[in-house]
Amino acid sequence: MANKILVFIEQRNGQIKRSSFEAVHLAAQMASKLSTGVEAIAIGNEIQNLEKTGGYGAVKVTHYKNQQLENYSASAYKDILAKHFIDNNFDILIISNTSLGKDLAPRIAVKIDAGIAMDCTSFSYENGNIIATRPVYAGKALIDVKITSNKKVFSLRPNVFAAGTPTDLQSEIEVKNVENPNLAEKVVDIKKSDSRLDVAEADIIVSGGRGLKGPENFKLVEELASLLGAATGASRAVVDAGWRPHSEQVGQTGKTVSPSLYIALGISGAIQHLAGMRSSKYIVAVNKDKDAPIFQIADYGIVGDVFEIVPALINELKKIKGQK
Amino acid sequence: MKIAVCVSHVPDTAAKIVIGADGKSIDPTGVQYIINPYDEFAIEEALKLKEKLGGETVVITLGGESSKETIRKSLAMGIDNAVLLKDDNFRDSFLVAAALASEIKNQNAELVFFGKQSVDYDNSIVGQMTAEILGYNCVTVVVNLKIEGNKILAEREIEGGKEVVETSLPAVITAQKGLNEPRYASLKGIMTAKKKVIEEKKPAAGSNKLEILAMKKPPAKQPGKIIGTDAGAVPELVKLLKEEAKVI
Ligand SMILES: Cc1cc2nc3c(=O)[nH]c(=O)nc-3n(C[C@H](O)[C@H](O)[C@H](O)COP(=O)(O)OP(=O)(O)OC[C@H]3O[C@@H](n4cnc5c(N)ncnc54)[C@H](O)[C@@H]3O)c2cc1C
Ligand SMILES: Nc1ncnc2c1ncn2[C@@H]1O[C@H](COP(=O)(O)O)[C@@H](O)[C@H]1O
Repeated sequence: MANKILVFIEQRNGQIKRSSFEAVHLAAQMASKLSTGVEAIAIGNEIQNLEKTGGYGAVKVTHYKNQQLENYSASAYKDILAKHFIDNNFDILIISNTSLGKDLAPRIAVKIDAGIAMDCTSFSYENGNIIATRPVYAGKALIDVKITSNKKVFSLRPNVFAAGTPTDLQSEIEVKNVENPNLAEKVVDIKKSDSRLDVAEADIIVSGGRGLKGPENFKLVEELASLLGAATGASRAVVDAGWRPHSEQVGQTGKTVSPSLYIALGISGAIQHLAGMRSSKYIVAVNKDKDAPIFQIADYGIVGDVFEIVPALINELKKIKGQK
Repeated sequence: MKIAVCVSHVPDTAAKIVIGADGKSIDPTGVQYIINPYDEFAIEEALKLKEKLGGETVVITLGGESSKETIRKSLAMGIDNAVLLKDDNFRDSFLVAAALASEIKNQNAELVFFGKQSVDYDNSIVGQMTAEILGYNCVTVVVNLKIEGNKILAEREIEGGKEVVETSLPAVITAQKGLNEPRYASLKGIMTAKKKVIEEKKPAAGSNKLEILAMKKPPAKQPGKIIGTDAGAVPELVKLLKEEAKVI
């Protein structure tokens, strides 16, 4: 079978990432266009719900297992993944463009001698060719690319592709115990950041900018975020001012996000900020300047003072919650 | 220790992007080019390490004649030597990495700094690929770095926190904002940089594995709806989010 597709399943603490289900679902769609099949590979120690990948379209998952593989090790992961890909004659690797995926995918491409298209946001198919579309220049343009080598690696921007509704099908699981993984690069510790939820993974983000006037006022942003189950984000201006940590920065030199809902509070909408969040599904802006560029891309805007609007919004949401 | 820094020459992040006549790349008319912002963190880290450990620094850029501007800027910041792998043609990341790897080998550099990403094609590929081709260890998106003897302890940004990675030389490090505060070039630095020789070389040819078929503008977003100008608009906003957008 030509065009055999392998999907990399990413786990953290034994939990499969949602973006991996998106990847399996996309791979299944690709496979139906190319009349081929999908298998998956997971690397870690104990991993929960691996069989569920079947519901998204993977017939089989190979689980490479060792206690020392619970945390990421680029050297070990790349050796295992590349060997599995080559030994089983796969042609296409699909992986999420997460911090782990970005780190791993280019190394695999070298090891399997593949062309690589990173951070893809859509696909089309022409005469059996795969055409990937990906944003460039911080989303100011898109390119359509074709990989011309036999082996191909595609990484997918998280949160862009639907995972679909899974069926009850379970994938076959094969566990392979790994002896002496190559730990030349090894994660020895993980430092969690203070904010509960990372902007890169959140479905809703509430971001604050210089319009909030000072770090103490971010409690408004935090309260709104907590009501919505959202992550808190920030513009570079407030990160540079030391009001918020860099891990919250959204934009060209911060994180690229594509949540379902992005709420920008007191953010002007500079081009470098838009670069990081323009692909959000819905954008809400609150800004007292009606000409602020953020309104150009906001679906819903309120021209007003954050210190008036945000408390009102918090009250309204509390009211609704109380009714339920 | 010999330290190399790979630096790319990219359009300013504020540049307006116009698609060129070929329909595959941007129209460079009127576009200001700058040193890739992440590469400034890479340069700074190389300079700091040289100050601490001694040795020599070299900047390597693959690009056309105009990328000399970016090389001069790196020299002005304090990098000792410069190599331009001169090529005006499109190269995919694999071919860029192959050319950089061969020059790094040639320079005998044990430690190589990259930016985490070029802000043109936004790939985040070249550092990792170069490391893999060279057989070097590699840590990406680094915000904190300690090197002692052969040992490397690097913190890299991940979703929700940081991973502390232990590895050893020879290695590639890709720099993220937060790693350091890049210095400004001093007047003396700028003067010295003007006089320095940029060694020009022709990188080995090869065939691309990635072809760009078309470049296009993203679909225009519908102009936003202004719901109101005071707190009176809030119930309407919540209603729209619940019923129209269905996101809360
Ligand atoms: C190389 C480079 C990279 C960059 N990368 C990034 C990046 O990754 N992310 C990023 O965000 N920026 C980035 N920037 C910076 C960017 O250009 C802007 O400077 C920054 O986004 C502005 O932040 P801001 O919107 O919070 O502040 P401002 O532009 O100062 O906007 C504040 C807004 O708040 C509004 N306001 C004030 N008071 C109130 C109030 N009481 N109620 C409601 N609204 C109010 C004002 O009308 C204004 O629109 C980058 C710049 C460069 C050169
Ligand atoms: N043409 C180039 N010449 C030198 N270094 C480059 C070049 N392209 C990319 N790099 C380096 O690789 C990093 C990542 O680039 P990219 O993979 O293109 O996003 C950049 O930050 C640079 O350090």
